[in-house]
Amino acid sequence: MSSGCGLELGARSGEHSVLSDEQLTRNFAEIAPPLTNDAALLEANQCLYCHDAPCTIACPTHIDVPAFIKKIATGNLRGSARVILDANPFGHSCARACPVEVLCEGACVLNDRDEQPIKIALLQRHATDYVLEKKVKLFEAGKPTGKRVAIVGAGPAGLSCARNLRIMGHAVTVFESRSQPGGLNTYGIAEYKLKADVALAEVQDILDLGVELKTGVTVESIDGLLTQYDAVFVGVGLGSTKRLGIPGEDLPGVVDALTFIEHLKTHPYRETDVGRHVVVIGAGNTAIDAVTQAKRLGAAAATIVYRRGEADMPCYHYEYELAKRDGCGFRFNAAPQRIIGNGSGAVSGLEVRTGGVSETIPCDMVIVAIGQGDRTELTWPKDHPKIFTGGDCANGGAEIVNAAAEGIAAAKRIHERLTNG
Amino acid sequence: MADLRTSFAGIESPNPFWLASGPPTNTYGQVAKAFDQGWGGAVWKTIGEPIINVFSRYGSVDLGQNRMMGFNNIELISDRPIAENLKEIADVKRNYPKHAVIASLMVESKRETWHEMVKQTEDTGADGIELNFGCPHGMSERGMGSAVGQVPDYTCQIVEWVKEVATIPVIVKLTPNVTDITYIARAAVKGGADALSLINTINSIVGVDLSTFEPQPSVAGKSSHGGYCGPAVKPIALHLVSAVAADPSVKIPISGIGGISSWRDAAEFIALGAGTLQVCTAVMHYGFRIVEDLIDGLSNWMDERGHRTLADVRGRALPRVTKWEELDLNYHLLAHIDQDKCIKCELCWTACEDGAHQAIRRLARDNGGPVVEIIEEACVGCNLCAAVCPVRDCITMRKVPNDYPAVSWKEYAAGKGKLAPRSEQFHTATWTKSR
Repeated sequence: MSSGCGLELGARSGEHSVLSDEQLTRNFAEIAPPLTNDAALLEANQCLYCHDAPCTIACPTHIDVPAFIKKIATGNLRGSARVILDANPFGHSCARACPVEVLCEGACVLNDRDEQPIKIALLQRHATDYVLEKKVKLFEAGKPTGKRVAIVGAGPAGLSCARNLRIMGHAVTVFESRSQPGGLNTYGIAEYKLKADVALAEVQDILDLGVELKTGVTVESIDGLLTQYDAVFVGVGLGSTKRLGIPGEDLPGVVDALTFIEHLKTHPYRETDVGRHVVVIGAGNTAIDAVTQAKRLGAAAATIVYRRGEADMPCYHYEYELAKRDGCGFRFNAAPQRIIGNGSGAVSGLEVRTGGVSETIPCDMVIVAIGQGDRTELTWPKDHPKIFTGGDCANGGAEIVNAAAEGIAAAKRIHERLTNG
Repeated sequence: MADLRTSFAGIESPNPFWLASGPPTNTYGQVAKAFDQGWGGAVWKTIGEPIINVFSRYGSVDLGQNRMMGFNNIELISDRPIAENLKEIADVKRNYPKHAVIASLMVESKRETWHEMVKQTEDTGADGIELNFGCPHGMSERGMGSAVGQVPDYTCQIVEWVKEVATIPVIVKLTPNVTDITYIARAAVKGGADALSLINTINSIVGVDLSTFEPQPSVAGKSSHGGYCGPAVKPIALHLVSAVAADPSVKIPISGIGGISSWRDAAEFIALGAGTLQVCTAVMHYGFRIVEDLIDGLSNWMDERGHRTLADVRGRALPRVTKWEELDLNYHLLAHIDQDKCIKCELCWTACEDGAHQAIRRLARDNGGPVVEIIEEACVGCNLCAAVCPVRDCITMRKVPNDYPAVSWKEYAAGKGKLAPRSEQFHTATWTKSR
């Protein structure tokens, strides 16, 4: 056990986990483990094979869900994975991290027959895992066109765009400021949903089509790219987490959610600091990811503090349920006023105001999850004919599947521009 | 409670559920256990000169996750000595005197051999003899089984030989692997058969292993056609039972066999004329215990319907099996969709559009209302949409009243009767390839 065991509340900010390595491994195991072959066949055979299926309509990338499920039922896993990945280059990560409850599975007609919907996400994973494990190459680069496209940002939007441009034969160079590609898939999805190795393997499949990737390169101006490339796709995502604008925000022991999650995903679990009593400010899906992972790291208490009511929470309902199952606390209608230090620099509490009454919630760590701001360090003209955009920087922050859909749509428009003049 | 006691060609049993001749009736232990669990009778695994079986004998056909929807075998008759089988039959009959114990026999086609076999069998106290003229694999290559049952003269001849010495009822088991089973049934009657049982298994190859190209079931890389049975064959069996039951020159009791797995199946066979039911594959799948619900379900159904004995049910559906030319051409149906039950899968649309009569219209999905509707002037009342609909009673077929008296094709072709007006919009498929 680490020294965190006997930690007095508020004595220090951030300590390594009090849990054993075995417990940590269990806590961060996938919450949706893969289906066995038999379970996948059983599930696939329940699919009605709807015509003009609502699940397909609900998917932003319009994966032909009944078609890929039917192929699982017939034992054609390679064909199934092709249907998925043809429509969505990020079919692996979407199978794990997509909010299917509000997309394909939510649209399944079996809901109207008062039954559980088909487990579309798990079936998608079943098929796509197969080609990942067998190293099946489903796509090939097209005949070279001589056209060159620059892509800024190696997240799902940029790499979806890159994948389809390569299939159409265009040369693609991707610039990524971080050391690893994948964007938030690699750095920002809750560990129990999607692990970085899967995200990176998925990216590698795309890179293998002959995508030139330049990591550790921060593009500071689009102008230079415009002179060297026939088109530029910007998929840089959003900026850093917004500031609270309250006193105490810069105390050690106050961390923004994305930094916290990124650290967790890029280090052995034990090396990520977690308080004994953690407060997460905000109630979006990232806030849920932060509070559940703080709890799973071993925080004695992890509580969401939200300035509005339960019904106003922007997170998905099932994410709320997950946090409750994890034993996380919720304080609604509590507006943060000030983060209190203990005099030696560490956090000892969060002062909130509820209905005009002030109160201090004791805590030794505060995670800020009130959303990301725009990326202000890079600007580009919005209506330039050679510049295309997609993903969070274009849609204000959405799901992987939205980024993939936008990257694919942009690739189509770029191709039209490059081939029609 | 309904009275399920059965008297079949003079053979008494506490209920109509008999184990068919096959692996479940191979030994005293099995049959005794089955009787303890409630089976009314058992037809012993076919006895004859002991054979040598191959390893790997059964092949299975699954439907989705449902296993053994169809089943086949290349197993031969009993591999146990005749004397041993006969001793155990005698033991069973002695210990279970109220149950029907039937010996299934198959020997080479010689009069003396049959006489000797029948006499030995009668010494056991068995209630009856079933002649296996149906086994379609292996034994038929040796001039027995279906090699006999496929030739009316052979069938008649051997039944005559058996009846020369038999004092107990003789049941002839028929093969479905013929062009018209009634010819064989009549030949058995002519030879003096007391009852018929049908169907034996159907010639089949259940599948091919695509990694090795071995047909299944594989014996050292090769296979042979085997007898197909299980739930998949029930419709074929129902047809053949009804054809024999309706034949005016047959008129002897029929023991129904072929895919019977539930009391519903049993009730259907009875309604088409079966006096007893024989079950094998369902027992091979789930064990003897299934008899409990066979009895309970049939009994409850009869109570609810007010049928007191099996005789009240037997053959009730037979008068309703007619020639096509007798069917009423003025009986018009229309599909009806209960939009409150519709889950919007559009399976009916795609089935009707591509597979039937283009009589369903698609509506926009985004208005929240119905997504499909019947085009009444195009609907031919074929049942396809109701068959594919995954929601029970969502699509129903409704009678369209008209003032025209019934008219059959037979009458209409002879210039009698009038056809009610029909839509002229049938078969109007138009397809413009999009994009």
